Amino acid sequence: MARRLPRKDVVIVGLGWTGSILAYELSRTGLEVVAIERGPWRDTATDFNIGTAPDELRYGVRHDVFLRPTQESITMRNNPSQTALPIRKWGSFLPGNGVGGAGVHWNGQTWRFLPDDFRIRSHMLERYGEAIFPEGHHIQDWPVSYEELEPYYDKFEYVAGISGKAGNIKGQIQPGGNPFEGARERDYPTPPMKQGYAQDLFNKATANLGLHPFPRPSANLSVAYTNPYGCSMAPCTYCGFCERFGCANYSKSSPQTCVLPALVRQPTFEARTDSEVTKVNLSADGKTATGVTYVDLNGEEWEQPADLVLVCAFGLFNVRLLLLSGIGKPYDPVKDEGVVGRNYAYQTGSGSTAFFEDAKFNPFAAAGSLGTAADDYNSDNFDHGPHGFVGGASITCAYTNGRPILYHPTPPGTPTWGSQWKKAVHETYQRVTSVGAQGSVMSYRNNYLDLDPTYKDPLGRPLMRMTFDYQDNERKMANWMADRCDEIAKAMGAKQTQLNRLVGPWSVVPYQTTHNTGGAVFGNDPKTSVLNRYLQSWDVPNVFVMGASAFPQNAGYNPTGTVGALTYWALDAIKRYLKSSGPLVQL
Amino acid sequence: MTHPDSISSRGKRSASGPARHHRGHITRRSLLASAALLMTTGVAGARVVTKVLPWDPNEAYPVVPVKPGGYFFLTSEEAAIVDAFVDRLIPADDLGPGARDAGVTTFIDRQLTGPYGGHDWLYMQGPFSATPLPSQGLQSPLTPRQQYRQGLAALEAYCKTSFGGRGFVQLSTGEQEKLLTGMEKGEVKLPNFSSRMLFSAIYSNTMEGFFADPIYGGNRDMAGWKLIGFPGTRYDYRDVMEKPNQAYLLPPVGMQGRPAWGER
Repeated sequence: MARRLPRKDVVIVGLGWTGSILAYELSRTGLEVVAIERGPWRDTATDFNIGTAPDELRYGVRHDVFLRPTQESITMRNNPSQTALPIRKWGSFLPGNGVGGAGVHWNGQTWRFLPDDFRIRSHMLERYGEAIFPEGHHIQDWPVSYEELEPYYDKFEYVAGISGKAGNIKGQIQPGGNPFEGARERDYPTPPMKQGYAQDLFNKATANLGLHPFPRPSANLSVAYTNPYGCSMAPCTYCGFCERFGCANYSKSSPQTCVLPALVRQPTFEARTDSEVTKVNLSADGKTATGVTYVDLNGEEWEQPADLVLVCAFGLFNVRLLLLSGIGKPYDPVKDEGVVGRNYAYQTGSGSTAFFEDAKFNPFAAAGSLGTAADDYNSDNFDHGPHGFVGGASITCAYTNGRPILYHPTPPGTPTWGSQWKKAVHETYQRVTSVGAQGSVMSYRNNYLDLDPTYKDPLGRPLMRMTFDYQDNERKMANWMADRCDEIAKAMGAKQTQLNRLVGPWSVVPYQTTHNTGGAVFGNDPKTSVLNRYLQSWDVPNVFVMGASAFPQNAGYNPTGTVGALTYWALDAIKRYLKSSGPLVQL
Repeated sequence: MTHPDSISSRGKRSASGPARHHRGHITRRSLLASAALLMTTGVAGARVVTKVLPWDPNEAYPVVPVKPGGYFFLTSEEAAIVDAFVDRLIPADDLGPGARDAGVTTFIDRQLTGPYGGHDWLYMQGPFSATPLPSQGLQSPLTPRQQYRQGLAALEAYCKTSFGGRGFVQLSTGEQEKLLTGMEKGEVKLPNFSSRMLFSAIYSNTMEGFFADPIYGGNRDMAGWKLIGFPGTRYDYRDVMEKPNQAYLLPPVGMQGRPAWGER
């Protein structure tokens, strides 16, 4: 039986980016806030110590900072006719764990989605007609516009200190930036990162092809910076131990560098770590959350009553918590009814690996967000009419790392071992770069999340089941993008290229991306969304759910910039809710 | 296993399953913590953080450096097979040392004694499907320790039967290479063990051992890093960014420095 603790104003589930921002902003108004985090506390000086941080085996390969599947995994199948099996070892995506969450191990690419992405259903319908949409799709407009979110993107970018170059300030196109971006009120808080030789080649090649290259917006900071919360960061050293790692330099924007130092000083804030929230508790009528139940390191169960419950775990685990708590109607793909678990989406990756005759790319001098990009083929920045697909991709030339266990490329046709392999590895490491396309994934009736009937976590609760595969629309898009990448790679001067296409079913084995979206989407219609436009549960108004789980489908970008913007957008709504409780959207 | 894990087992955050903290660690931290760091009575199973960031001076979680010498998991017969096997995968030649000379067998032995060897961090609850989809990845109940123990025994039995009583290490280099090629494709039928699974385990561990920081017992003298030109853990390449398309000339360093700085 759970022991009951004294009531708090706000309980926050998960202390990553969204949880730490909301905790700080609400506790500074004087509210009693407790954040409950299932992983350990993590500090830069201790956990990402410079003497221990640059360790590829420990962090990059053995996954030291990630959630351990023994604690919680997810079962997976490609379509509903198959039997899902547990992801026993993370591969395709890597969920974080502990304080800071995915904000510790992310790359730091911090994008704003494009204005068209927010009204993709209406926009594509207006421009191309109904026939453009793929079979079985669930594509829906976002319930907010880019213009509404702009001030909140700005807020997150200034808290995170993002390094970039504006492409559009108040409607004026800025040279050197992304001319396709939505209008922003002001430039990024810090200038773009330095770029390497490969990016120079990419910039020249894409410009010659009539495209518009620009430096990627980066949370690996180009210069020292103090954010509006008073937290200070140092310049990135391009160390090459970035994504999958915590940053020892205080250079990567994270809850540790940007929020926690200010948050812990708030006298009404408290964090409880190593404690897993197992359930959001509901009143007898199911219409009000009364708090949460959690299990601590000793296996003891506690009840934490609270007036407001903010679900701030990684998106996938937000969805599972809603399913386990009975908040919202679970999605049923057979009837195409229900909402929780609906519209799970992901991201495509395709491109071209470029082998040069003679170059010194120095791939070890790298950062998670180093790179330049062109957005000419993203969203609806180009005419989709001739192609027959929805969506697009950002095309980039980047070095995130040259860490040798996982990165020792060889040209196609090289044996995988022996003296010939050794010679090829020796000759190739410095002479390879790549042009990649990170693309959107639309939502579909048969891509969804629910609870697994067989597999359980150590507490005996069902694992979540992921049913997902890339659909023809995404394959068509990603493979068309691979050809565009190949053109660019050749224009850069590659003597040989290797196309990376989207073939075969989606597999959990090779790492692809941790951009898992949807499952608790926000919208204007409770029949097709879990949350209203303020990320407030339609069914239980004192529950708000943050994260990429709210995305109705995924765009051709990394999600964190939009997750941050939505958090500040929801914060304003939560403040209104606190003055006058109840649903913020009346039907 | 009485041996330390290769990864952080002596670090205070022991490599144990779901939670990294042992109770001892939490207690220690809370005792050391300043007065402002309050433990709320009644929730002692959780770690409570409030008022200040809870770090202690000089607190870090280093790995335990591997000391070469002897084997903790592998028998000497198994180690001899692994030595020969990894020497085919990455042979010594005019480009430098191979995997055996770089200490990869020691690396594998120490990895097998730690949490990796037991798949301690992975989801290992049944049922285990006999017919998983390739897209569903790892679905075997066999831990790396079991894969090596059973797989190497099967390989040795196969060799003795197929090569007139000779074991793997007695085969010629050419015979070993041919056998590895067949195992990689899964064409070699070992008795009661998947040849592809054994190949895959040794192959991935060899790449890890050859390219991981030397602190784990492989990549001796940074042979793997020197082969490709990886400078290791220098952690600051701002100068490189200023000099595009130029060779990087400084030698590699690891978490323990480099041999020229003195023996450890």
